Amino acid sequence: MSEPASRRRAENTAAGGVKGPMLDVRDLHVQIASRHGTVRAVDGVSLEVAGGEALGLVGESGSGKSMTLRTILGVLPPEAKVTAGQILLDGVDLVPLSRSDLNRIRGPKISMIFQEPMSALNPVMRVGYQIAEGPRVHMGYGKAKAAQRALELMQRVGIPDPERRFRAYPHEFSGGMRQRVMIAIALSCDPEIILCDEPTTALDVTIQDQILRLLAKLCAESGVSLLFVTHDLPIVAQLCQRVAVMYGGQLVETGDVREVLLDPRHPYTLGLVRSAPDVEYVRESLVPIPGSPPSLVSPPSGCRFHPRCAFAEEDCRVLPTPLRVLPGGRSTACLHYERAAEAAAADRVGP
Amino acid sequence: MAFVVRRLLMLVPVAIGVTIVVFFMIHLIPGDPARTILGIHATPKRIAILHRQWGLNRPLVSQYWLFMDRLLHGNLGQSLYYGVPAAGLIISRLPPTLWLIVYAAVIAVAVSVPLAMIAATRKDAVRDHVVRAVPLLGLGMPPFWVGILLVYALAIKVHAFPVSGYGKGFAGHLHAMFLPALTVAIALAPVVIRSLRASMLNVLGAEYITTARSKGVPGPRLFLRHVLRNAVIPAVTVLGINIGYLIGGTVIIESIFAIPGIGQLMINSIFQRDFPVVQGVTLVFGVLVVLVNLLADLSYAALDPRVRFDR
Amino acid sequence: MSAISFPEPALAAQAEEHAQPRARRWYRQPALASGAILLALIVAAAIAAPLLTPYNPIKQNLGASLLGPSAHHLLGTDQTGRDTFARLLYGLRTDLRIAFIAVLLPFCIGTILGSIAGYFGGWVDAVLMRLVDIVVAFPFYVLIIALVFVLGPGQRSIYIAITLVGWVSYARIIRGEILVAKRQDYVLAARSGGLSAVRIIGRHLLPNVITQAIIYAMSDIVQDILAIVTLGYFGLGVPAPTPDLGSMINDGQNFLTTHWQLTTFPGLAVVVVGLSLSLIGDGLADLIRPGQS
Repeated sequence: MSEPASRRRAENTAAGGVKGPMLDVRDLHVQIASRHGTVRAVDGVSLEVAGGEALGLVGESGSGKSMTLRTILGVLPPEAKVTAGQILLDGVDLVPLSRSDLNRIRGPKISMIFQEPMSALNPVMRVGYQIAEGPRVHMGYGKAKAAQRALELMQRVGIPDPERRFRAYPHEFSGGMRQRVMIAIALSCDPEIILCDEPTTALDVTIQDQILRLLAKLCAESGVSLLFVTHDLPIVAQLCQRVAVMYGGQLVETGDVREVLLDPRHPYTLGLVRSAPDVEYVRESLVPIPGSPPSLVSPPSGCRFHPRCAFAEEDCRVLPTPLRVLPGGRSTACLHYERAAEAAAADRVGP
Repeated sequence: MAFVVRRLLMLVPVAIGVTIVVFFMIHLIPGDPARTILGIHATPKRIAILHRQWGLNRPLVSQYWLFMDRLLHGNLGQSLYYGVPAAGLIISRLPPTLWLIVYAAVIAVAVSVPLAMIAATRKDAVRDHVVRAVPLLGLGMPPFWVGILLVYALAIKVHAFPVSGYGKGFAGHLHAMFLPALTVAIALAPVVIRSLRASMLNVLGAEYITTARSKGVPGPRLFLRHVLRNAVIPAVTVLGINIGYLIGGTVIIESIFAIPGIGQLMINSIFQRDFPVVQGVTLVFGVLVVLVNLLADLSYAALDPRVRFDR
Repeated sequence: MSAISFPEPALAAQAEEHAQPRARRWYRQPALASGAILLALIVAAAIAAPLLTPYNPIKQNLGASLLGPSAHHLLGTDQTGRDTFARLLYGLRTDLRIAFIAVLLPFCIGTILGSIAGYFGGWVDAVLMRLVDIVVAFPFYVLIIALVFVLGPGQRSIYIAITLVGWVSYARIIRGEILVAKRQDYVLAARSGGLSAVRIIGRHLLPNVITQAIIYAMSDIVQDILAIVTLGYFGLGVPAPTPDLGSMINDGQNFLTTHWQLTTFPGLAVVVVGLSLSLIGDGLADLIRPGQS
């Protein structure tokens, strides 16, 4: 483990795991210009990730979770723009930063792991060089030193026979190995936080598990934070301490992961939990959430989930639904969250 | 290495096919080829000599053997006009043509890469449309017409370059061949720009570029090591195909600029009815094209590691 | 993985698009529309040549030679007194006609051979591809000059030479498309339904892949025009005195310093024709695969 990493871990442990939020996203709004109108992809999202913590960001496709991640890193497509909000990384707002300033923090402070490792790696560049590129650019390493670091990283992420594999090309690796390469790249400059965009979705279940364990281990060892985006609840349960649920470009619930999943305070979260196969208790049937995701160009009025919500009332159609803090470090956007909580309790008592 | 050998082996049937076609050219001529070739110089004695030289009385297959046998000994026949071995004549005229081809390719690439980059990095912006207009206009320009106008503008009105000729010495060649090479490059560039721009757009939209950006790789390095490195791969094939096409076009350009290359030799020999030379030059052209395509294929494999291992 | 059954939002957007399927009509594409209009104008001008100019493009009138542009002669006259504008129109007529006809045979032959190679594969494909390589080894201009040497100059040689060399590109394109298309489900369905190969190729595969060949044909016509004009320049094409843009350029070359319009305008005419055809080709390509041209 390198020096900055061990220092970080010491700090985090000393302060009881909390040092003030490492990443503080405040009221982020991202809009995309499209043929059909302005898409409000991220609509007022605020979240915090503490040092050394893993936060899961769940939602279905199109909920805005990947977009949030890419906005944090600043790798949005040209049609997308941040229209409001701040992204504070260690107190520095990333939104107004210039391209060259952003480039300086990408790698050393923040990095990202992508979903599709085959297309996320340069097909004509040797894997070792891709891992070594970060240190060469950011840490001023010469070729040999960077190669040495790459070999260390490859070992850390569990790639066998690193000397030989260094000179290999991405297409010579299996999916799981490629993802390990991606992780090595993400770690290469000792970042403080790694953004993960569904890194296990494209992998076999057994490989998925390996990668998750690897990520958990690396987190614990080096104290790096994770912001882990996925649509798969069991993964979040396995890896993260806290979770935030997104729907239609907005956050609908946040809190400790076990609490949120076992005792949801929002009908959408309840729906997610109900429709996921769960090892803890066997259901009679999986219950999908009826209806389809909302249009982000003209979203429903009031609570965006209300057209599909079994507990919807009149006010749900009209009143705005920002996140409200509940006791115990949780928050929810639902005006009638007790209904969901009751239904969840009924589920638990049942078969 | 196995790849290279495989590629070379695939060339063999093509090479043989080329020789067969070249061999057959003689038999396309209506009537007695010897008589037609000699034209007004036909005398029974000369006709008999040619008949013997080419074995015209023998069955086709043995004629072909004769042809191949002499070919493999480097004998392309005797020039009817100059009276010297055709092979030597052709080889002496080869350098200017090669100069023209390479010079033109260099200029074309030097122009196309920046233009394609300017266009691809801001798709659909004004500068993109301007660059895209270049192939639209350029493809319709007859090369010889471009050559004439260039000569008029830069050699006659303004004496910046010589009107014709090959020049002496390396610098002399560079100077004298600039206009002809530019003419060929103008014909070549539109296709290269198009294909480079398209492949750059492809690459720019790829996930691995986002990865590189997320690593904080700065602009110039990103462009060179990641974008360009991937974008040239399909463009190399396109370039190869079109250079092959333009090897034939050198015939035209050499005539206009009076360059003593094999293209001009070809045209003169046709008008002089110097059949062995025509046949020889056609063969050399065929070989050149095949070689250029081989080079393109090998470059492609050198650039794209995925190709080497699949199969 | 959870069993959430939400359709992707992308699908919803797609459904919207299909509700208005013809929003991408051909006349809405600027490239395609402007190209088509331009070409139509040119063709109309060429066809209507007798109406647009009172002059005979062939008849010489040495008394009026080398006049500059004027109200009587829009582009002046050439060295034998023939009106340049008239020669331009009639030359366009000749060259366009030959080019449009010349593209047909390679198109048909190439498409047929390419489909056979692509569909059946195996040794048929291997032989055809070697044949393609051999033909490609002979540069077009070399071949046509050699052919003209053998067969004599004129339209016949042009058609033969263009056909001999031109089929190759179509064969490659169609073969490539069919190699991909034949793996589609609808082809498997046709085969398991017992349809003959001819029917499958003709009725099912070709209609889907022919568009690529048509797009290529646009640029091919441009290449043919260039070839015809080039041959005309060297006196190997359409024989005099039939007006031809290439021979016009040649004739005007000697007077470049004084009467530059004699050489420049025929070339410009070719450029404009090339522009219109390229616009059409680009527009078609955009129509088929948006944003990829």
